[in-house]
Amino acid sequence: MKHRLPHGTGTPALPSRRHFVQGLAAGGVVAGLAGVATPLRARAVDHHGLAAAPRVLAHERLELAIGESAVNFTGRTRPAITVNGSLPAPILRWREGQTVDILVRNTLAHHPSSIHWHGILLPANMDGVPGMSFNGIAPGQAYRYRFTLRQSGTYWYHSHSMFQEQAGLYGALIIDPATPPPYAFDREHVVLLSDWTDLDPGALFRRMKKLAEHDNYYKRTLPDFLRDVRSEGWSAALADRGMWGRMRMTPTDISDVNAHTYTYLINGTAPAGNWTGLFRSGEKVLLRFINGSAMTYFDVRIPGLKLTVVAADGQYIHPVSIDEFRIAPAETFDVLVEPSGQDAYTIFCQDMGRTGFAAGTLAVRHGLQAPRPAQDPRPLLTMADMGHDMGGHGTGGHEGHGAHAAHAGHTAAGVHHPASEHRNPLVDMQSSATDPRLHDPGIGLRGNGRGVLTYGAMHSLFDDPDGREPGREIELHLTGHMEKFAWSFDGIPFAGAEPLRLNYGERMRIVLVNDTMMQHPIHLHGVWSDVEDAQGRFQLRKHTVDMPPGTRRSYRVRADAPGRWAFHCHLMYHMEAGMMREVRIEE
Amino acid sequence: MSTRTLACNGLVLGLFAALPVLAQSHAGHGHDHAAMDHSAMDQAAPTHADPAAPHEPVPALTDADRAAAFPVIDHGAMQHASTVNSLLRLERLEQFDGRHGRGQAWEASGWIGGDIHRLWLRSSGERAAGRTQSATVELAYGRAVSPWWDALVGVRQDLHPGDPRTWAAIGLQGLAPYKFETSAMVYAGSGGQLLAEAEIEYEVLLTNRLILQPVIEATLAARDEPEHGLGRGLGKVEAGLRLRYEFTRRFAPYIGLSHERLFGDTADYHVAAGGAARDTRWVAGVRLWF
Repeated sequence: MKHRLPHGTGTPALPSRRHFVQGLAAGGVVAGLAGVATPLRARAVDHHGLAAAPRVLAHERLELAIGESAVNFTGRTRPAITVNGSLPAPILRWREGQTVDILVRNTLAHHPSSIHWHGILLPANMDGVPGMSFNGIAPGQAYRYRFTLRQSGTYWYHSHSMFQEQAGLYGALIIDPATPPPYAFDREHVVLLSDWTDLDPGALFRRMKKLAEHDNYYKRTLPDFLRDVRSEGWSAALADRGMWGRMRMTPTDISDVNAHTYTYLINGTAPAGNWTGLFRSGEKVLLRFINGSAMTYFDVRIPGLKLTVVAADGQYIHPVSIDEFRIAPAETFDVLVEPSGQDAYTIFCQDMGRTGFAAGTLAVRHGLQAPRPAQDPRPLLTMADMGHDMGGHGTGGHEGHGAHAAHAGHTAAGVHHPASEHRNPLVDMQSSATDPRLHDPGIGLRGNGRGVLTYGAMHSLFDDPDGREPGREIELHLTGHMEKFAWSFDGIPFAGAEPLRLNYGERMRIVLVNDTMMQHPIHLHGVWSDVEDAQGRFQLRKHTVDMPPGTRRSYRVRADAPGRWAFHCHLMYHMEAGMMREVRIEE
Repeated sequence: MSTRTLACNGLVLGLFAALPVLAQSHAGHGHDHAAMDHSAMDQAAPTHADPAAPHEPVPALTDADRAAAFPVIDHGAMQHASTVNSLLRLERLEQFDGRHGRGQAWEASGWIGGDIHRLWLRSSGERAAGRTQSATVELAYGRAVSPWWDALVGVRQDLHPGDPRTWAAIGLQGLAPYKFETSAMVYAGSGGQLLAEAEIEYEVLLTNRLILQPVIEATLAARDEPEHGLGRGLGKVEAGLRLRYEFTRRFAPYIGLSHERLFGDTADYHVAAGGAARDTRWVAGVRLWF
C-alpha cells in the first residue's frame, strides 16, 4: 500500500471558522446561575504553584457535591454537571499512603450519579461503577468512599453514570509520592484536556445512532478523485476508491465526533479564553497532561520546547525527549519542560482528525500569547491502518523480525477471529493485524518532521513488579459497525456478554486485536495493564491501553484485586454502545 | 479458544529461549537506545530463582476483603441509554413541473428499533391539482442479516383514489458494495399479482455539502391487470438526478430532474386513460431528517 499520508487529502486543513467554535474568552460556569456558589477558577497561584486551574482540595477528608451548573463556552448558556460548582471538577491532591475519606453528595434533582477514580488501586466497592461496584448515588443521597492510596502520580476522576462525563463531571487527581520523584521541578501545572458540546450528551448519542457519519465533512469528493487520477493515473485511483467502496467505508473516518460538535478545552477554558500557566525563565516546569475528554484524541506540542515525558498513566518511565505526543482519552502523561528565552509558548492540542484544537499558553505573566501554529493536513487512513497490510511496511513499524517470530503461532496459522464475529451483522470489518506497531507514531503523525512519542519509546522505570510469566491468555477483538454505531468485544455487545473470569492471584495475558478502523483506548479497572513489547516482555505499566486500528497488542494482568471490574473502551459513546465487559476476579 | 490459546502460549513461551538474541536485534532497531538497552539487560539477567512465584506475594484475602469485593448490588443499578433508536428521513419533499402537469411529491422512510431488529416505515406519493393522485404506505419488520443488508417483511397499502390495494411485502435493502443504497422488494396482491420493485441510489460528492444524487427505480408485474393499469413485465422506470446542498445534515434543499417512462401494456393502458407514457419533470424540494 502506498504511503499517502504526507499528501493528506490534498487540501490544507484550515480551521473551519464557520464550524469550529473557539469559544468564549471568558467562558465557564456562569456566575450566579451555578447551583453551588463556588468560583470556577482560583486565579491566584497557590502553594503548589498551580495557576488558573480549578481549585485544589488537598484534605484527606473531603465532601464533594455533584450538581448542575450553568456554563457558557460557546455563547450559549447550557447546563453542565459539575463538582462543587466547578468544571473541571476540583483538583484533588493527596499523598501516597494516606487513607482518604470522601463523602460524595448527589444534589442532582433527577439523576443518579457516581465518581470513578480512574487508575487508582482500591477495593471494588470503592471503584464507583454503578451496577458493578455499588448501586450508584441516588438523587439527594451520598456515598462515602474510603481507600488507602498505594500509588502516586497523575490521575483523574469522572462520573461512570450514563453520559455525565461528557456533561462536565471530570477532574484531576494528583497523588504526591511518599519518596521524592526521580526528577526535579520548580513548578507544576495540571493541563486537563476535554471536549465540550452544547448538545445534550444523550441527544448526541441518539444522533450517532441515526447518522454516525454526521461530523465527517471531510470525505473524498469527485474533484479529489480527479486530482488523484491526474497524479496517480486512472487505475491506481480507481483501485483505491474500489477498495474503500467494497468495504463501504471512508478513509477520512478518523473520529466519530469532531470540532463540528465539540469545543476543546484546557482546564475548562476554550481556545479563545487562552488558559495560561505561568513560569519564570529557566524554571523546570512539570506539566501534568490528562485527557478527560469523552471522544477526542489530542496531538499535543509546545512549539519551541522539547517535552521530556517522565510518567505515563501516573507511573514513572525512563525519560523520553520528544516534540509531540498523542494522548488518548483517559491517558495521562507527565511532561517536563524548561522554558527560557521566550516569554510565551503555545500549548497546541489538535484533535486527531485536525478539525479543531484546544490551546493555551505558558507565559511569564498573564495576558501574553505566542503564535498558534496552523493545523496539520488532515490524515487519510491507509489499508495498513485497516490491518490489511499487504507486505508493504510503510507505517513506521520498526518491530522488525522479532515481532513476527514472537507471534509466529498466530501468523503461521493466520489470524483467528472468534466465532461470534462470523456472519455477525454488528461486525463490519475484520483486520489481519499481527503486529503491536508500538513504534508507529500513528495516523497523521508519521513523517511530520517532529519527534513523536510512541508506546515503543516508553519503558517503565521499574522491572515487571510481578515477574511471573502469564499462565494463560485471553484474546479479545475490538469490533464494531461504523454505520450502526454499534461497538463490542468479539461482536458481542455488553448487554449480551458473559463476564470474563480471572482467578485471584493469577498472572495472565490479555491480547487485543483491533478489528475496526477506529482507535480505541481500552481501560481495565482495578488492576494494572502491563503492556508487553513485541517479544512479549514487560515494557510499560498503564491503566489505559491505546489500540490504534490495525494493531494487535498484549498486556499482562496480575489479578490481585477481587471483585467485579469494568473493562471498556474509554471513548464514552463506544462504551455506551456496547464496547464493554465485566471482568470478574474471583478466588 | 482454550486449546488454541494454550498451544500459542506454549509457542510463545518456547520462544523465550531465543529472547536474548531477539532483544539484541530489537535494541539495535529501536529509537531510544539507552532505554532499550536497559530493558534488554534487565530481561537478560533474571533476578528471580522461581519464575512461578511473584516478586510481590499476592496477599491472602480476609473476609473483609471479600465483602468489599462483592457488595450486594441492586438489579438495574447500571443505567443504559435506550437500545431503541429511530430515524425518520423525508428523502424528497418536492414540487414538480413537467410537460404533463405540476404538483407535489414525497418519499419518506424511517425506522425504529435496535441494531438488529427494526420496524421500517416507507411512504411515497403524489399530489396534483389539489388532489392526491397516488399514495403508498409500507410497514415492515426488518432484520439485519449481514452487516450491510436487512431482510424485510411487511404490508403495503396503496391509497390511489378509486383503486386502493393491499400487498404483502418481502425484500432486501441495504448498502451494496461501492456504496450503492439498494432496495429490492416483491409485493403480492389480490388476484395473484406480484410486483417487483428495485431502487438504487448513489451519492456523488462534488463537495462535502454539494451532493449529486442519481436514483433509478424500476417496477415489474407478473400479470396483466388492465383494471389496475398494470401490464405484464417491465412497466415503469423512473430515473432522477438531484443536486442538494446540505446546510446541515438535517436540512438540505435540492433541485433536480426526474424522468419517468412507462413500457409495454402498462404504457398503453395509461395512454388510453388519457395519460402520457413518458414525462420529464423539473423538481425542487428539500430533504430532511429527524
